[in-house]
Amino acid sequence: MSKKMHIKLNVNGKDEEFLAEPRELLIYTLRERLNLTGPHIGCETSHCGACTVTLNGKSVKSCTMFVAQADGAEVTTIEGMGSPDALHPLQEAFREHHGLQCGYCTPGMITRAAKLLEENPNPTEEEVRFGMAGNLCRCTGYQNIVKSILAAAAEMNGAKEAAE
Amino acid sequence: MIPAAFEYHRPKDIPAVLALLEEHGDDARVMAGGHSLIPMMKLRMADIPHLIDLQDVDGLGGIAIGEDTVRIGAMTTQADLIDHDGLFAAAPILREAAFQIADPQVRYMGTVGGNVANGDPGNDMPGLMQCLDAQFTLVGPDGERRVPARDFYEAAYMTARADEEVLTAVTFPRQAGGYAYEKQKRKIGDYATAAAAVQLVKDGGACAEASIAMTNLSDTPIWSEAAGAALVGTGVDGAAIKDAVTAMLGDIDPSEDNRGPVAFKRHVAGVILTRAIERAWSRA
Amino acid sequence: MKDDVTSREDRVANLKGMGCERKRVEDARFTQGKGNYVDDIKLDGMLAGDFVRSPYAHARVVSIDTEAALQVPGVLAVLTAKDLEPLGLHWMPTLAGDKQMVLADGKVLFQGQEVAFVVAEDRFAAADGVEAVEVEYEELPVIVDPFEALKTDVVLREDLDPNADGAHGPRKHPNHIFTWEAGEKEATEQVLDAAEVVAEENIYYHRTHPCPLETCGCVASMDKVNGKLTLYGTFQAPHAIRTVVSLISGIEEHNIRVVSPDIGGGFGNKVGAYPGYVCSVVASIVTGKPVKWIEDRMDNLMTTAFARDYHMHGKISATKEGKITGLWCHTTADHGGFDACADPTKFPAGFMNICTGSYDIPTAYLAVDGVYTNKAPGGVAYRCSFRVTEAAYFIERMIEVLAIELGMDAAELRRINFIKKEQFPYHSALGWEYDSGDYHTAWDKALKAVDYDGLRKEQAERVEAFKRGETRKLMGIGLTHFTEIVGAGPVKNCDILGLGMFDSCEIRIHPTGSAIARLGTISQGQGHATTFAQILATEIGLPADSITIEEGDTDTAPYGLGTYGSRSTPVAGAATAMAGRKIRAKAQMIAAYLLEVHDDDVEFDVDRFVIKGAPERFKTMKEIAFAAYNQAIPGIEPGLEAVSYYDPPNMTYPFGAYICVMEIDVDTGEHEIRQFYALDDCGTRINPMIIEGQVHGGLTEALAIAMGQEIAYDEMGNCKTGTLMDFFLPTAWETPNYTTDHTVTPSPHHPIGAKGVGESPNVGGVPAFSNAVHDAFRPFGLRQSHMPHDHWRIWKTANDLGLHD
Repeated sequence: MSKKMHIKLNVNGKDEEFLAEPRELLIYTLRERLNLTGPHIGCETSHCGACTVTLNGKSVKSCTMFVAQADGAEVTTIEGMGSPDALHPLQEAFREHHGLQCGYCTPGMITRAAKLLEENPNPTEEEVRFGMAGNLCRCTGYQNIVKSILAAAAEMNGAKEAAE
Repeated sequence: MIPAAFEYHRPKDIPAVLALLEEHGDDARVMAGGHSLIPMMKLRMADIPHLIDLQDVDGLGGIAIGEDTVRIGAMTTQADLIDHDGLFAAAPILREAAFQIADPQVRYMGTVGGNVANGDPGNDMPGLMQCLDAQFTLVGPDGERRVPARDFYEAAYMTARADEEVLTAVTFPRQAGGYAYEKQKRKIGDYATAAAAVQLVKDGGACAEASIAMTNLSDTPIWSEAAGAALVGTGVDGAAIKDAVTAMLGDIDPSEDNRGPVAFKRHVAGVILTRAIERAWSRA
Repeated sequence: MKDDVTSREDRVANLKGMGCERKRVEDARFTQGKGNYVDDIKLDGMLAGDFVRSPYAHARVVSIDTEAALQVPGVLAVLTAKDLEPLGLHWMPTLAGDKQMVLADGKVLFQGQEVAFVVAEDRFAAADGVEAVEVEYEELPVIVDPFEALKTDVVLREDLDPNADGAHGPRKHPNHIFTWEAGEKEATEQVLDAAEVVAEENIYYHRTHPCPLETCGCVASMDKVNGKLTLYGTFQAPHAIRTVVSLISGIEEHNIRVVSPDIGGGFGNKVGAYPGYVCSVVASIVTGKPVKWIEDRMDNLMTTAFARDYHMHGKISATKEGKITGLWCHTTADHGGFDACADPTKFPAGFMNICTGSYDIPTAYLAVDGVYTNKAPGGVAYRCSFRVTEAAYFIERMIEVLAIELGMDAAELRRINFIKKEQFPYHSALGWEYDSGDYHTAWDKALKAVDYDGLRKEQAERVEAFKRGETRKLMGIGLTHFTEIVGAGPVKNCDILGLGMFDSCEIRIHPTGSAIARLGTISQGQGHATTFAQILATEIGLPADSITIEEGDTDTAPYGLGTYGSRSTPVAGAATAMAGRKIRAKAQMIAAYLLEVHDDDVEFDVDRFVIKGAPERFKTMKEIAFAAYNQAIPGIEPGLEAVSYYDPPNMTYPFGAYICVMEIDVDTGEHEIRQFYALDDCGTRINPMIIEGQVHGGLTEALAIAMGQEIAYDEMGNCKTGTLMDFFLPTAWETPNYTTDHTVTPSPHHPIGAKGVGESPNVGGVPAFSNAVHDAFRPFGLRQSHMPHDHWRIWKTANDLGLHD
């Protein structure tokens, strides 16, 4: 065991402070310390993306980041994306287009897709496939995930236009 | 997969980094994005009692496009490379290559410095930097020095960087002419089965300059001077390309792994290089 | 009497019953990060367990020193075989009638085998403890080749009497496990000897792994005050796990509660019982605290539940015109260090004897020899009914090889040998009774959909262009017509550890007309909570949205054998329908009473009982439900509940026609899926949206298996594919779009005619992809090459055929 560090994070808009060993991986901080069990552990070697969260505006794999590295960061997990009364359009779209089965990859998928659409609000199918290639799914074969993301993009663009 | 415990340091400037390296010697290692190092630590294949995180160190970021040269700070991520339009104008091969590295999340974290410094023969940036004739800036207790990328790599994970030095930037000339980064891999996120970085300058109908480097086909990246020389002065026709491939094959020394046996890798190296040369020439 | 302005059509739609694309009820929690998977479970005082694993594939364990580990802060205990032996738990029974070490008892038989179990306050301390355990090994010769295993003097399983029979009869060698035979040996050999044409080939279906995104794990919690053990875990068969835990621990079954929470994909990986479960239970009993054990990805790929690894030697005979006369197959099955296959007891090679496929083959013979090697145990059904994917791959390759031998088009060869519609129920030469099928219709529809003749023409032109040096890409057309055997199964011949493979459903209708139904199965992504409610909605006339489906808690759910082998719909789905019909029968009596007519004078109509001939007089199921709880009806008990335990009379036989068009770069070995058409016939379709999703997913798993995924070992028995860098799972980038289609041939013996679909795309997909690769090279003389068809193997095929000269 090594010396514990004083860590500050802002997670889903809420300030968190605690003492942690620097080797604690961010995914464990979120899941076990903060009880945000949406992000999951799939491969542990940064291939599967089930642990994806948004950190300081970037999609990152929280299994490959020490909490010490994240000290001072703003983190958004799936739990910070929508509420039961106001789902994120991606959450709606994944349900509508059967973009999930076992659900294990889903939080990482949706979190990553949200960032993708932020950077590229009107992606082609090819861009969605390339932009989602850091997230593995074993159930869906991706076809309906791609469909869901494209549908969410259309929905979000439509809402934006309506607002303007 | 849980790493062994370590002390974490997040220094603010280079002197502080150097002081930590001096204090802890072999027990300390610097880390940029961590996407090579952290998996090794989790697998307990790397035991690092003192981890020095470079994220807050002043002066390690930024892409500076000069008149003749490009300087990229070590902590610049692959995502930064892709996003930078000035860099695309000065050396478009970087964007093409960066898109072929890992996946979106990893590109947000993976840095140029980490990719070139750790000496993993699977990394794409080292060969690319050799192709661009980049210089690596190393800062150590005795000050700053520059090492050409083409002299930097000694063996897998063995480089010209001394343990007490930090790689702070890469610098290379603004590129002219055609370029291509061609990479065969098994899937997104994989290292290259074979990859080729090619820069060609065309003068009239002939090739005036050529630089060729290969990735993951030896225990270091291979800048094949002979392959480039085989193209210079030619019209980069089929025969010249064949000569370049033959020359390149004389320089690489792949080993068998899950990507395939040696004969396959040598064959694919030739195919990949041929395609890279053809694409670069078409853009020259 | 009240106004009824709703049309019958609207009433049907309102139910969201069978056949509609009902959106999934599971998705609300999953899309909001509120799933509850085993690693999400947090109990007071919960400890963490982690394994010390063998770095060697075959070695004696000379000593285990736990001193240093016990000094690690946070480490509470280190269990070894010596600690488990007094409890009789250092070995455990496997589902295949063998036994397996829980912790290394004197030796290790595969790399990654469990040697010691460290229990600590958290997973960080446990991992540090694992590092600190010192084990001295003495290396032994390693046997990774099953053929060598049957010749060598090296005995892997020294615990077994070499002269004694195994669980499935006589053993021929100390490393031999069983011989299993089906069909007629002599008759088949006579047919082959006399045949006009015989094609012979060795077909290897390589070792791979189901690799669900969530690994295996559990939380064991022994409540010493109440004497009750609760075991949460990634169990595809929670009730069977409860019985196994009771049998091996001696804890009475009523004191064990097994809970499968949400499961992050199973695909067969989570059927078996693993040492981690036993060690967690023991650790919880020892410490009096809950103990969590979660595999990491390397543990998962290297130790729990590999699949396939079948070396199949086949001969197929035919007339010169292509009518198949006989099929012979001998399989050498590599089972690893312990026989831990998950098969029904009487079928040590699963349903490999479905290997006559979709064809009317009058005479056939199959023999399978199981062999021990220094590899991980398993042999599970990875997204297939037991060994059906091996069987389908075998016959679909043999057909292609025969087509080459005959110089025939492989589509035509299939057509002339299909079992005809009028031959069903069809008795196969290897002992099965196929329930229903219409293969010709499906096949013609598929060929037409892809313009098969046009594709062949294009392919011929491509070959010419290739020969002229105008292209370096070849085009392959991969054909498959598969027949599965799923829905295990009839209790008369299907059991696991003596437990008959029935399944169950229990329904309670609440007074206000909503309901809960509990089943013996457990969803791992299949959407049971959605589809079983649809079955019930149609059967009992209450909206699916008013029906909760619950699975996975053995304290509340009726006993069932779980979810694998596409058995949920064929078996539990049938139980659901049957239980629903019991509800309906009672509802009919209540309705008749309320309407003051005879029982026979009312009939069911969507969501109500109406008086025959006077449909304006009715009682809705909602009204009937309330009446069941508030009226004293003479001769009828209050309440509205039913249970059904369904023992299926037969398996179901889904089938399908798949066509894959693939481009192959002969210089790099890379491929591109240009088109994939999948026609599935799974009988009655409950939810087309979910069926399509299952097909997409299964095809992608098939793509992975055929084109790159393997568990590979070096000659020292080191697993070379222990992380997702090397174990191929395709991303969205490598995965194509699929076109799905269907025909509907209901199962005649299933209450709603449904057959099961989840595994069809894996069973049919693998040969379709593989046949496309083979087909591309057929014009250049290729007969057989081995999967996975990754870049270097395809390149080697091209190289061996002289295409690089």
